[in-house]
Amino acid sequence: MSTGIGARVKRKEDRRFITGKGKYTDDVRAENQAYAAFVRSPHAHALVKGIEKSEASGMPGIIAVLDGAELAGDGIGNLICGWAITSKDGSPMNMGAWSALATEKVRYVGDAVAVVIGESDEAARTAAEAVAVDYEILTAVAATGSALNSAAPQIHENAPGNLIYDWEIGDQAATDAGISGADHVTSINIANNRLAPNPMEPRSAVATFDEAEDHYTLYTTSQNPHVARLVLSAFYQVAPEHKLRVIAPDVGGGFGSKIYIYPEEIVCLWASMKTNRSVKWTSTRTEAFMTDAHGRDHITTAKMGFDSDGRITGFKVDTIANFGAYMSLFSSAVPTYLYATLLSGQYDIANIHCNVRAVYTNTVPVDAYRGAGRPEACYLIERMIEKAAREMGMDPAQLRRRNFIGEFPHQTPVIMAYDCGDFASNMDKAQAAADVAGFAARKAEAAARGRLRGLGYSSYIEACGIAPSAAVGSLGAGVGLWESAEVRVNPVGTIEILTGSHSHGQGHETTFAQIVAERFSVPIESVSIVHGDTDKVQFGMGTYGSRSGAVGMSAIVKAMDKVEVKVRKIAAHKLDANEDELVFEDSQVKVPGTNKGMGWHEVGLAAYTAHDLPEGMEPGLKEGAFYDPVNFTFPAGTYIAEVEVDPETGAVDLCRFVAADDFGTLINPMIVEGQVHGGVAQGVGQALMEQVVYDNDGQLLTASYMDYAMPRADDLVSYQIEHNVTVCPNNPLGIKGCGEAGAIGSPPAIINAITDAIGTEDLEMPATPAAVWAAIQANSSAIAAE
Amino acid sequence: MYGMNFQNSASADDAAAKLAAAADGQLLAGGQTLLPTIKQRLAEPSDLVSLAGAGLSGASLSGADVVIGAMTTHAEVAGDANVRSNAPAVAALAAGIGDPAVRHRGTIGGSIANNDPAADYPAAVLGLGATVRTNRREIAADDFFIGLFETALNTGEVITSVSFPQAERSAYAKFPNPASRYAMVGVFVAKTNDGARVAVTGAGSDGVFRHAGLEATLSTNFSADAVDGVDVSAEDLLSDMHGSAEYRANLIKVMAKRALAAA
Repeated sequence: MSTGIGARVKRKEDRRFITGKGKYTDDVRAENQAYAAFVRSPHAHALVKGIEKSEASGMPGIIAVLDGAELAGDGIGNLICGWAITSKDGSPMNMGAWSALATEKVRYVGDAVAVVIGESDEAARTAAEAVAVDYEILTAVAATGSALNSAAPQIHENAPGNLIYDWEIGDQAATDAGISGADHVTSINIANNRLAPNPMEPRSAVATFDEAEDHYTLYTTSQNPHVARLVLSAFYQVAPEHKLRVIAPDVGGGFGSKIYIYPEEIVCLWASMKTNRSVKWTSTRTEAFMTDAHGRDHITTAKMGFDSDGRITGFKVDTIANFGAYMSLFSSAVPTYLYATLLSGQYDIANIHCNVRAVYTNTVPVDAYRGAGRPEACYLIERMIEKAAREMGMDPAQLRRRNFIGEFPHQTPVIMAYDCGDFASNMDKAQAAADVAGFAARKAEAAARGRLRGLGYSSYIEACGIAPSAAVGSLGAGVGLWESAEVRVNPVGTIEILTGSHSHGQGHETTFAQIVAERFSVPIESVSIVHGDTDKVQFGMGTYGSRSGAVGMSAIVKAMDKVEVKVRKIAAHKLDANEDELVFEDSQVKVPGTNKGMGWHEVGLAAYTAHDLPEGMEPGLKEGAFYDPVNFTFPAGTYIAEVEVDPETGAVDLCRFVAADDFGTLINPMIVEGQVHGGVAQGVGQALMEQVVYDNDGQLLTASYMDYAMPRADDLVSYQIEHNVTVCPNNPLGIKGCGEAGAIGSPPAIINAITDAIGTEDLEMPATPAAVWAAIQANSSAIAAE
Repeated sequence: MYGMNFQNSASADDAAAKLAAAADGQLLAGGQTLLPTIKQRLAEPSDLVSLAGAGLSGASLSGADVVIGAMTTHAEVAGDANVRSNAPAVAALAAGIGDPAVRHRGTIGGSIANNDPAADYPAAVLGLGATVRTNRREIAADDFFIGLFETALNTGEVITSVSFPQAERSAYAKFPNPASRYAMVGVFVAKTNDGARVAVTGAGSDGVFRHAGLEATLSTNFSADAVDGVDVSAEDLLSDMHGSAEYRANLIKVMAKRALAAA
């Protein structure tokens, strides 16, 4: 059976995961380990007038009680946002100070003000409850739409009116003209609901300070341990990079929330130095709801103009994005360069203008969550076009087809230049799989049972393979977004791939090995993947934005190119052949048409014994490469959802879900389909169930699964997945990326299906039974009034 | 979780004695609410007195009545032949509580003693007019449920069994909260010799309650069609982020109809 590119190889890592042998951060038992418990603000907005630590300090098993003044006194820096956005008036963004332990003021429920280090988790938690913080409660603001009100409280002194930036993209005058000259204008007011990321494994950190070596080790739940080390070193001043090792062992899901370096990791490192103990902290689920960066949370008004043929004449968007109480690491890029630059969707639109205001509120920070900006763009565009089709009496699929971009490359008016795709063919495949022709009969049959059946489309596009370093640098990014890899051929011929990508569920140990097996014709069992440890892998930018295939694998290919050159020279020398004629077959380097060949173990041995190498060749067989992409990649597809609504209860039954995706080359279709399954599940969660709720005082009401509705298996449907492949021209394997598409494309398809079923567009996510029932009631009242 | 003492008990009276001797004791009767609460450090009992060994499990018939021991798990109730024959709606209700883990640990006594306003069992106990037996007395269902998480049980009183009279027809229908899957609204209907009884859980701002309007109408016409003409007010119903009082009022009628169709 093939184990190369395109093979459905079972995941190598699943043996340890399924048998419970995975090693996660919380499984680490450091010598001399103590436990951290955080004292967190119960108030959304308050001045800290004093912290009384004496009672807690005297409790049994307590090693230390530390606060933010001590942290600052030791020179630990504030948390930072790594992407500078400039407002349209030329002013820099207004970033408020964020100390890992709040000193003068707390700004959201869960903001940490002190940490207790104890001999046991229980002792630390109990003492944390005994730390008496004197708060002067201030008025709070939590709602996205209220942050800019003149009456709203001021959250950070240097962000007047709670405005972080007021940014725009596109040609406003041309867009206004395109809309004012339109034959039809569709308007929409829309919210993108706030979500909690909910990886199965909560965040955790185990920090160890080695006094003798003046060296720190941090085990942590990170999607990018090298970025964590860089930021901890360069900005938070914990230790210089060569004195700090960061290890992200098995990590149980991230969805973006483990990109960032949070206060807890910084505090554990610092507390380890202060107490000369290893310090462990593992988040509870409620702490996760309270402190993991949330996702989405936009409100938007938009207009789209159409000519008499249904061609889009202009698209104008005004968005407010809620950033929470502090600017998280990549927060600023999400509603700008990951959102507004995708507002052309799959459509040929000459004029687009988007204005984005980012605001502070007294809520947990908001940052990238599976899709990061692209789901917000897709939801807006795809609800807009569906609504427009209904208003104009057009078939929504036909309106999409009329506006599809057909020629590539295509330059949008919002920076992105799409390299390839076949949008009409994606739509063809989706419609065939969904049996759209049979929908009318299914709807009639449902009606006979008292159910409202609806069908909804979503033709999404997104940008992956982030990102060309110089391009993102020119847009304000504080880092380059290349990836690195190293290929080590051992003396026995086995191959180790060291990668800066990080697997936290994606299956890299399998897919990365597949591309090596394919390239060198070696058994997949002889290839191992090393990642997640800054002492092993020299550098890397980590895994997010569906970048590990398009960028991480490309770096491996580049390193394999270099290895191949050396292998050919060694084998040509040993086999007395021409290096260009050699082929890789059956675990051997062979001279074609002869029985001459060398196994990889022989090549490896030759390289490391160095008894008989070509003149002037260095011993060893190891090559590294850095790969910097030349463009983003553009996965795209059409999703079709079919639902039945129970009009008496508002309950929505997802009956069918078709995903027709173009991800470019597929390395392992089984793993790709798994990514689509998971992404769609999260999209169904956003569309139907999930919503972070803060009350008007900034209290978090959804702090457990009793109130935050996560999709369960029986909320979902057996998906139909179609693949359409246009090979990405800009990376060596032709990969586009598949990690986020499901979460990006599915919410509008589901909501469009529900609004089709109930006959009103007046519906927000999550479309809970109560919300759908209320929409039906409001619509029937409106109809009755007419 | 805080530290605490764990104690077994051999009988209801033994449990009551151990509870009385504890500084701040709590009975453990399945623990499907209590243990998560303790783990979240929202409860801090000095002692947990387990009823697992108190001999309170199992269901039997007493005449036509079904007597279910307080420590009988939901899964046991759902599968018990006596319950299925003489109180089939109770068996069906038990089969729909929580998930399999909850159903194999949670007990009827634990559920009604806790009296969560969204729990299922209170609707069956009230809907069938059951009798709650304790180590001290018998309490009629109509007197047992006092308010949110509040019952007629006195300090140190231990439920031993619940006795359900056989109804001519009965059924329970619930609409689950999408997050917790507790009842957003659950309606238990029963046709008894004394007329119709209708108990509603999940919706009342004061916990489980009987709906007088539905009972009056159904006493003359015990059918789903009769529900349409009944006025179900949203007044005094729960309103929260999961559903408005108006939505719950609507669900009371819809679930009543579905229960009646199944009864």
